[in-house]
Amino acid sequence: MRRERRSPGNPLRMPTLTERIAAGDRRALATLISRIEKHDPEAPAILGALHERTGRAMVVGITGAPGTGKSTLVAALAGAFRRGTAGHPPRTVGILAVDPTSPFSGGAILGDRIRMRDLAGDEGVFIRSMASRGRLGGLSHATDSAVRALDAAGFETILIETVGVGQDEVDIARQTPTVIVVESPGTGDDIQALKAGILEIADILVVNKADMPGADTTFESLCAMLGLGGGEGDGWKTPVMKTTAATGEGVDALAEAIHRHRAYLRESGEGRRRERERAEADLRERLRERLFERWRQSGRMDLAEMARKVAARECSPEEAVEELLK
Amino acid sequence: MTATMIRVLIAKPGLDGHDRGAKVVARALRDAGMEVIYTGLRQTPEMIADAALQEDVDVIGLSILSGAHGTLIPRVMRLLREKGLERVKVFVGGIIPDSDIPDLKASGVAGVYGPGTPTADVVKAIRDAQGTPQPG
Ligand SMILES: Nc1nc2c(ncn2[C@@H]2O[C@H](COP(=O)(O)OP(=O)(O)O)[C@@H](O)[C@H]2O)c(=O)[nH]1
Ligand SMILES: [Mg+2]
Repeated sequence: MRRERRSPGNPLRMPTLTERIAAGDRRALATLISRIEKHDPEAPAILGALHERTGRAMVVGITGAPGTGKSTLVAALAGAFRRGTAGHPPRTVGILAVDPTSPFSGGAILGDRIRMRDLAGDEGVFIRSMASRGRLGGLSHATDSAVRALDAAGFETILIETVGVGQDEVDIARQTPTVIVVESPGTGDDIQALKAGILEIADILVVNKADMPGADTTFESLCAMLGLGGGEGDGWKTPVMKTTAATGEGVDALAEAIHRHRAYLRESGEGRRRERERAEADLRERLRERLFERWRQSGRMDLAEMARKVAARECSPEEAVEELLK
Repeated sequence: MTATMIRVLIAKPGLDGHDRGAKVVARALRDAGMEVIYTGLRQTPEMIADAALQEDVDVIGLSILSGAHGTLIPRVMRLLREKGLERVKVFVGGIIPDSDIPDLKASGVAGVYGPGTPTADVVKAIRDAQGTPQPG
């Protein structure tokens, strides 16, 4: 064992995927994300080995209704982080752009890169499109792993774009330390995010397309709505900001607000609290999966047969579970 | 299902105008159960190869109407080789004179499809290239 562990010194040995990712190999990173998506049995061990390299990135979720300009905004924000803003030096950026899988075919068109053309050719940027793939284990699991891969590869800022419509997407947003909810004018009088119930998870609210008529109205109704919620003493007050992602107007200010929120999370202890909460939810989910798997492998009981009995009213679900655990 | 998911990058290199054909193909591939990364107009060979690497695609579909395939395609193929992506299959669609097809194939292109090719043929060619049987 010990001798094997020394072998990284051997120049003839092929570097492992873990070592290549740690060394900033983009191809290795792309491969790992694919393995995560495919539920490759080796992916968990690779992620495990990379774990100590994670936890450094600033992770930001960007969500909102389709067409509000999320991808354009993500590209503009990435540009702002790459250049650096008034108080902050340039940072590298990893982007995960998640689009829904077609429920009919299982395929997907992932079109977010169209808006991210200006970032091409920059080695400090890595963009990966992901389909939601109605996977077992949930979408949030796969994106969470992909974020850890980007983090381990050294990307300092990670932007995750999701369409804020389904529960899965809201869950992903909820998992990120800083959540930006994007609105835009011209989608009717009503506020889209309110319908989806994602307004309350916003750490920063953005009215994008500030160049369009109706932006002020949208801005004012969002401010009024937040006002209704009332300030929570000296905690974080969700700011409402206007951006024109298409021209970059207001985007540096948004990048600064993201830095401010990160500083707030750090100084108030809220960041550590959220991280612990997230880790606990994650561990609980993993335990649930593993315990079920262990039970399934060791069990002589037939789940389908038990289900038939319950459905036929031959026994109650309560009795069935007792029986299955014997 | 996810274990055999085919990921395809659709790109429109060169400066010519519209991407209607590329969009039709993208939708057909989605409807055939593939994941299509659509990158849009005016992609340079460098952008295409970089995107293929980051997205870890199995297939690249290039749509070219401008007549610039003679310079663009060999550059894409060379960049893919330089990045170690020779395993990625490249298909070309658009207006390509028959006499140019042998050169494109020689540079490593897996298939060339003119206007009016049924999308089902493209789907089948991609599945065959990936060793995935046609369902049904
Ligand atoms: N007028 C205006 N249009 C924008 C702005 N930002 C994005 N758009 C446009 O809105 C449309 C949808 O943008 P996209 O970023 O794809 O939205 P997403 O679906 O939320 O990711 C595109 O046509 C963009 O060009 C903006 O600030 N002003
Ligand atoms: Mg988008």
